[in-house]
Amino acid sequence: MAEKKQFQKGKMVPVPSVSIIPERDLDKTPILECSHLGIDFGGLTAVNEFNITVGRTEIAGLIGPNGAGKTTVFNLLTKVYQPTRGTILLDGLDTHGKTPSQINRMGIARTFQNIRLFNNLTVEDNVKIGLHNQEKYSMLSGVLRLPKYWRQEKAAHERALELLSIFDMQDMAGYQAGSLPYGAQRRLEIVRALATNPSLLLLDEPAAGMNPSETAELMENIVKIRDTFQIAIMLIEHDMSLVMGICEGICVLNFGQIIAKGTAEEIQSNPTVIEAYLGKQQ
Amino acid sequence: MKKINKKSLNGFINYGIVIAAFAVIQVLLGMGRLSNSLQSLLVPACCYIVMAVSLNLTVGILGELSLGHAGFMSLGAFSGITVSILLQNALPMASARLAVSMAVGAVAGALGGAIVGVPVLRLQGDYLAIVTLAFGQIIKNIIMVLYVGVDETGFHIAASSERFNLGSDGVAIIKGPMGAVGVTKLASFTAGFVLIMITLLVVQNLVNSRSGRAIMALRDNRIAAESVGINVTKYKLMAFVTSAALAGAAGALWGLNYSSTVASKFDFNTSILVLVFVVLGGLGSIRGSIIAAALLYVLPEMLRGLGLDDFRMLIYAIVLILVMLATNNDQLKALVGRVIPKRKKVAANG
Repeated sequence: MAEKKQFQKGKMVPVPSVSIIPERDLDKTPILECSHLGIDFGGLTAVNEFNITVGRTEIAGLIGPNGAGKTTVFNLLTKVYQPTRGTILLDGLDTHGKTPSQINRMGIARTFQNIRLFNNLTVEDNVKIGLHNQEKYSMLSGVLRLPKYWRQEKAAHERALELLSIFDMQDMAGYQAGSLPYGAQRRLEIVRALATNPSLLLLDEPAAGMNPSETAELMENIVKIRDTFQIAIMLIEHDMSLVMGICEGICVLNFGQIIAKGTAEEIQSNPTVIEAYLGKQQ
Repeated sequence: MKKINKKSLNGFINYGIVIAAFAVIQVLLGMGRLSNSLQSLLVPACCYIVMAVSLNLTVGILGELSLGHAGFMSLGAFSGITVSILLQNALPMASARLAVSMAVGAVAGALGGAIVGVPVLRLQGDYLAIVTLAFGQIIKNIIMVLYVGVDETGFHIAASSERFNLGSDGVAIIKGPMGAVGVTKLASFTAGFVLIMITLLVVQNLVNSRSGRAIMALRDNRIAAESVGINVTKYKLMAFVTSAALAGAAGALWGLNYSSTVASKFDFNTSILVLVFVVLGGLGSIRGSIIAAALLYVLPEMLRGLGLDDFRMLIYAIVLILVMLATNNDQLKALVGRVIPKRKKVAANG
């Protein structure tokens, strides 16, 4: 108990950083820094001692067997769950006590494992909702259609199409989001998250349900997004070709604990990781 | 994949429908073709259209079930009546007094909406419905015991007739269970038409703006809406308060259309009646709300005129059931689709 209280007060305990901050980063301070992060559901410890740093333009991977707590980590980072202990620093700022929408405004955007789009709205409106906090006009200017409304709506429309063009989806702008094919829905979710202008993008199984060629295309696009937007991306994925192909730092989670951190080669040869995935060698 | 119609065009069609209906009715009135009983339905029909469109903002666009919409109407009605009587000497022009009363009614409705909304909008689904239902009853019961009057010494308000000591020259505005009596009828069909147009302007422009998108995002997926930085409480409250304000204005128009109004008029049944208009017109469809409210309000009265007095509620119920069956029938929808080939599904606009 004493330990828990100490962390809740925000007293920092230095954490050895394993994650490599990429060479290309001019600013070497991490965008995300989790220390001693953990959550209990009743008596069950779902995540414990989660320490990780992510560089400003790093693509980080979070892998682990089913039920290891990967999505729980994302939910902790975006404050869908409030952590039981530990601190999350985003760009050096403590995120303690923030709500999910405040977290988004601070710079974390995410996608969901089970797609969560605004199904009854158009593709364009989905992206425009992502642009919500970048449009500044009030309800009154909206209802009275003041010049500010027209100016900003025009800008939002252009920006939405520009963002959709990342995935060549600008032609789908007028379609109902819920009626899109599965792959397009996943891509739209990424576009919507990008529209919020994040500094850290969390992708929860972006390649789930995609065939190998779609996955290859997605890998290219993730790298392209990182390069054009200069943001950090953290992804959960079961497709090892994707994770090993593009992630610069990988973190392996099992039973809520980090069992390994490092580059793709280090992870692939790590005996603990092999054991977690394949079981003990007889 | 489904393509969605351009929204702005849909909005203009709605204005067009209302303007056309207004013009036709004006012509009929000029020719003396409308019976007195039908003429007396015009203003209440306008009120119900405004009520239905505003409730659609809460139920269809925000996606929260509210069962106390008549409560806001009642707040608007009695505050509007009070103001109109207080201003009787200060503002002799009837139309200006009506406008001020409706504005005050809207403010009263909005205040009520905010007072209920702040604690209640944290609840979801059934719980919200239960609390709004209770709110409607509470408002009704409060106004039932309220005595309001004005005399030389000023404004009097009391919770029982014993404590209500009005001067001999005083005017009692609200007299407890007897409601508001001796009201000068200020409402006109033109005022109702203007109120409908304002309501359409507010609701349609709101829906197609940044705030409206945020409100619809909350309806479609609250968790996703939060994840893109939308303030849940703020936008829920915005939709709820706007809806309550419009109901308040409709209430003021209603109250000023009759020489006396009792609080029990705005009970649970009225809330449900408006909800029926919204559901039958289609959740989220503004045009549906307008048409459903106008038809379903006038229909029972028309049946009375046809000499079917004994069966009118039966016929009304059958019409409701048929509409429900028809709007959910895929074959019928396909038939309509063949007749009007360009007809496509319109979601959350109208």
